[in-house]
Amino acid sequence: MGNLFARFGTGLGALIVGLVAAWLVSMVLAPNLMMLDFSLRPNLMPAQIGGLDDHYTLANFAALAGDPVHRVIFLKTIWASALVMVTTLAVTYPIAYWMAKVASPRAAALAVMALIIPFWINEVLRTLAWYILLAFGGPLNAALLWLGIIDQPVRWFGDFGVLAGMVYAYILFMLFPIYNSISTLDTVQIEAARNLGASTPRIHWRIVIPHAKAGIATGCVFTFMLAAGSYVAPALLGAPGSRWFTEIIYNWFFEGGNWNRGAAYALVLLTLYMLVVLATLKLFRVNLADVAK
Amino acid sequence: MTVRIETEGVARSAAGRDWTAKAAALLPRIIFAGYMILFFTYLFLPLVVMGAATFNTSKFPTVTPWLGTTLDWFSALWSDQAMWRALGLSFLIALAVIAIALPAGTAAALFLTSLQPRARTFLYAFMVSPLLTPGVAIGIATLVLWHQLGVGGGTFLIVLAQASFITSYVMLMVVARLQRFDRVQEEAAAGLGASRFMIFRRILLPYLRPSLLAAAFIAFLQSFENYNTTLFVRGTETPLTVYIATKVRTGLTPAVNALGLILIGVTILAAIAIEIVRRRSAGRPVA
Repeated sequence: MGNLFARFGTGLGALIVGLVAAWLVSMVLAPNLMMLDFSLRPNLMPAQIGGLDDHYTLANFAALAGDPVHRVIFLKTIWASALVMVTTLAVTYPIAYWMAKVASPRAAALAVMALIIPFWINEVLRTLAWYILLAFGGPLNAALLWLGIIDQPVRWFGDFGVLAGMVYAYILFMLFPIYNSISTLDTVQIEAARNLGASTPRIHWRIVIPHAKAGIATGCVFTFMLAAGSYVAPALLGAPGSRWFTEIIYNWFFEGGNWNRGAAYALVLLTLYMLVVLATLKLFRVNLADVAK
Repeated sequence: MTVRIETEGVARSAAGRDWTAKAAALLPRIIFAGYMILFFTYLFLPLVVMGAATFNTSKFPTVTPWLGTTLDWFSALWSDQAMWRALGLSFLIALAVIAIALPAGTAAALFLTSLQPRARTFLYAFMVSPLLTPGVAIGIATLVLWHQLGVGGGTFLIVLAQASFITSYVMLMVVARLQRFDRVQEEAAAGLGASRFMIFRRILLPYLRPSLLAAAFIAFLQSFENYNTTLFVRGTETPLTVYIATKVRTGLTPAVNALGLILIGVTILAAIAIEIVRRRSAGRPVA
């Protein structure tokens, strides 16, 4: 801290400290503490606030545990997000490896360029693209009917639509970190292993994957979190039977009118995030600085 | 698509000239090429379908059946007042977010790099935590706090909620460049009698310029395409992402596809421009 003032002087140093404090205290810490406070209070009429009933309680959290519908949706959200994570990992690993180690530099650069474009396109637009593709009278049903694979149009909206939309929206968050980490692996190591007679699966298991673990961890954390916290895909591609946990939270705020319960649900989602991050960091033995890159 | 010939394949074919061995070595590459084609089709086909549907006269955006080719949906988009309002609002929000996140993120990076290692680790975790928080929770936390202070959802809260996590991105990008900064330059300037403010303005700030520009661009993009956080703090305001999502519910026409097509076009141009700038600056030796 003294360092800062010695380097920038009193005025500029104070401005820097002020800006950082304003950000971390008023925009990060205070809102989260208020959300915690909200989640621990019952939902009261304005007249009751400050009265006998206005005390801290865990009732809002107990409500989630006790409501079978919400509990199932919460667990399904976790399970389905894990499925999105595993699917994107399985699909992108060979591509990341190809781009980093097999392709010529020109082909790899071209592939990266081609991938950046969908990566930058708005998530809402990408989801809209799937909304059009999967529509009941849409191109996917038309193509499958024409090929004779189905004889009735299929209603894709629902669990399938949500998962397909999410895999599509988040797949590049898995591909890029893995590609980046495999790129830093010296190809000589792979060739040495091959010359010593290691099989291809063994090379991947013992050399490439251990080297790329920070990238794999990053990709897993981000795809899981983006999926679990997604709102667009379930809202656009879902059906009444495929509700997502974020939709329940939204309803507490804007349809149920119980902000306290909504805040508690949001806090549960936040806790889930923290657990996933910590578990992944521990599992892959990487630190936060590697993931946040 | 060119795939580098594996050394193993060359050795085998040179030794035996056995066509079955050759075919066996070729097979994985054929399978892989097929896989790549499939992957890129998967990535681009939905976007192509969405773009193509803009030119179909069908009132619901689709390419099957093709009822006739038209450019009418562009003029429908052009005369959509709500779209223009949403676009203007999104721009306004993004600029306001940059105005907050750029100074705050830069200050955070400077603050962080002047700390002891132990304090740095802790503060770093605190500063990146908004990136590891669900966007929904960021929106709710902001909404709840300001509700207690008597401020409801609206443009102001959208800006605050977005800036709270976009500042983290700016901080990361500035830190990355600061780590390669040579303090000797500052010492030399001080030795020559420059004031500390002068050193900051004439040495550090110009050095950080590329990362500040890149950070401003990322901040704009993040703000412009944000939906999850915005949804909770928007009040009755409708930025562009909310406008598009609402259209899907209330009456989607290919005019929205026209908008999507234009946004994709702008994105491609921006991606190419950034790549050119990046390559040019990569070719230049770093100061």
